[in-house]
Amino acid sequence: MMTPISENTATKRYVENALRSERRHFKIYAVLLLLALVAPFVVYPVFLMKILCFALFAVAFNLLLGYVGLLSFGHAAFLATGGYTTGYLLSTYSGFSTELAILLATAASTLLGLLFGVLAIRRQGIYFAMITLALAQLVFFFYLQSPFTGGEDGMHGIPRGALLGFIDLQNNLMMYYFVLAVFVFGFGLVRRIVHSPYGQILKAIKENEPRATSLGYNVDQYKLVAFVVSAGLAGLAGSVKTIVFQLASLNDAHWHMSGEVVLMTLLGGVGTLLGPVIGAAFVVSLEHQLAQSALGNWVNVILGIIFIVCVLTFRAGIVGEFQKFFKKNFR
Amino acid sequence: MNLMKKILTAAVASAMIAGTAQAAISNNEVRIGYLADMSGTYRDLAGPNGLTALQMAIEDFGGQVHGAPIRVLSADDRNSADVASSTVRQWVERDNVDMVAGMVASSVTLAAVRILEQNDKLGIVSGSAASSITNEHCSPNHIHYVYDTYPLAHGTAQAVVQEGGDSWFILTADYAFGHALEADVEKVVLENGGRVIQKVRHPFPTSDFSSFILQAQSSGASVVALANAGSDTTNAITTAGEFGLTQSGQTLAALLLFLTDVHALGVEAAQGIQLTTGWYWDMNDETRAWSDRFMEKTGVRPTMVHAGIYSSTLHYLSAIEATGTDDTQTVRRHMMDTPINDMFAQNGIIREDGRMIHDMYLAQVKTPAESQNEWDLYNIVRTIPAEEAYRPLSESQCRLVNN
Repeated sequence: MMTPISENTATKRYVENALRSERRHFKIYAVLLLLALVAPFVVYPVFLMKILCFALFAVAFNLLLGYVGLLSFGHAAFLATGGYTTGYLLSTYSGFSTELAILLATAASTLLGLLFGVLAIRRQGIYFAMITLALAQLVFFFYLQSPFTGGEDGMHGIPRGALLGFIDLQNNLMMYYFVLAVFVFGFGLVRRIVHSPYGQILKAIKENEPRATSLGYNVDQYKLVAFVVSAGLAGLAGSVKTIVFQLASLNDAHWHMSGEVVLMTLLGGVGTLLGPVIGAAFVVSLEHQLAQSALGNWVNVILGIIFIVCVLTFRAGIVGEFQKFFKKNFR
Repeated sequence: MNLMKKILTAAVASAMIAGTAQAAISNNEVRIGYLADMSGTYRDLAGPNGLTALQMAIEDFGGQVHGAPIRVLSADDRNSADVASSTVRQWVERDNVDMVAGMVASSVTLAAVRILEQNDKLGIVSGSAASSITNEHCSPNHIHYVYDTYPLAHGTAQAVVQEGGDSWFILTADYAFGHALEADVEKVVLENGGRVIQKVRHPFPTSDFSSFILQAQSSGASVVALANAGSDTTNAITTAGEFGLTQSGQTLAALLLFLTDVHALGVEAAQGIQLTTGWYWDMNDETRAWSDRFMEKTGVRPTMVHAGIYSSTLHYLSAIEATGTDDTQTVRRHMMDTPINDMFAQNGIIREDGRMIHDMYLAQVKTPAESQNEWDLYNIVRTIPAEEAYRPLSESQCRLVNN
């Protein structure tokens, strides 16, 4: 940032381009936010909340896979930690404030993320994925065995409580706008990180890690911070999800969940900001619609086929392919 | 409160006499939601064929109740509490579903019945095993119909000890469900004068049971009990079959095993296993006749869960017909007041904790020589009377029971 911009035309053009795309993005975001605000009057709010929770989870995951190039296979552990912490606090201490429970749950996941991160970021590629998977399995068995989680029965009847003591979250509409606010916060945070100088370094690490090291960056620390932020946001998603459904179950900690978030991110478009959101919406709606249709028995098969088609034909995902198409034809 | 209910029931009854009862059926339609695992581990024991059983009940009832049509919605719960919760919520809040049937995985059932209680709708649980559903988790809004772990553990353990199997080796799945089963079995064994030689826990889930089965064989116990479920049980039985456990004189007792599991294992591997079941297709002419119709539609013989779904749906519809309303508490009260007598149960009674109690049966899997065809699988050894089979109300922790 110390270089005078006027002296360098290439930088100037880069900044202009960035500003232009910023303005265009702003318009897209404004339209999407408007849609999200009116959506609960058209679509069933609980279903929308489910999409938002998974979208936040996928956005958190994408920060790691899309911008640092780290494939974590243990993100379910953070989702579940967020969920169980919230559930435990709200159901054990009656009258516990909802927002404090969410904060503590996010903190717990962040802490767990730090622990996982310190151990995992020392390795790359498949080894990184395996370490995160192994650690997440440890966490899964912890939740399976701990008496407070209710084992495979899960935690049920968790009170939603009231936000700031006066906004009644039992009301689905209130709950929806609260979840939307949390989602916008999480999405905004990831967007800010990605576009910050710190985010640029993350991308540099993704593109060429030895070069980033040779430029003097402490690569491990950059990766660790990204990992911890991603874990914290995943925990936030889990926490809010628990409040929406009033339950926390073992499914959240299962490795299937870690796989599902990979699917959402890849389908939507890895390394794009909106990709995971679209991917989550797509997967959740598909599961929801298929579950109640005559094709109900085939949900897993259909998801599998879609995944194969996606990997074989449009690898950049829905949003990624759309961006490519847009760049090719309109610029 | 009770008086209020009586007044309400009386009011409904008099309304019926006055001939205005049709208005008492909400939306002029009775809507039933069928929630079950349609694609995962529990598909065979309930699944799509359970929906067929439900539809058979509606057809046999004439397709409508008290002049109102009956509509069925169905969904795959994918064994996930989240999916169950959002589906049931949508059913009751948006689609005005009156009753939810099916429900297999315990997490699914507990999630669903919470929502049903919040919205005062009825749930009839047919697939779940957990006895906690009508114990600490009981509610005035659900009924547990077919079986639970209490009679499975008690029936099998008691019978086996009384037949002389006095030294036990218990192989337990290492999670809450397995621990509960293990505790139940151990209690019964000790009460009946048997002893437990060794208890071994295996991780959940496990695919290779060789070391556990070898341990069981060298323990010298006369009975090897499997306190686990689903694929763990079938894997353990397969391994026990390969190691010739029953042929070498030990008795294998499975605590949770369905007809479809035994069918999949085959009599060769499963022969001689003792188990408790709530119903068997080949018990009398009535069960055989119904099972033949079921098989015509599905190609397989029904499990006790399928039969229970059919029976409970008929019982539910009869209650609506008799009371002229689909109001949850009126219908539930009538269902409790009327004993169940059909091909599934004789003198089945729904208790105040929501537990439907009926006779259970101790069965033994036939040997290949005895088995006439692929579905000829059980010998019914003994009938366990309802009062003996289920957890007595005096031991109940249910908040609806005055203890």
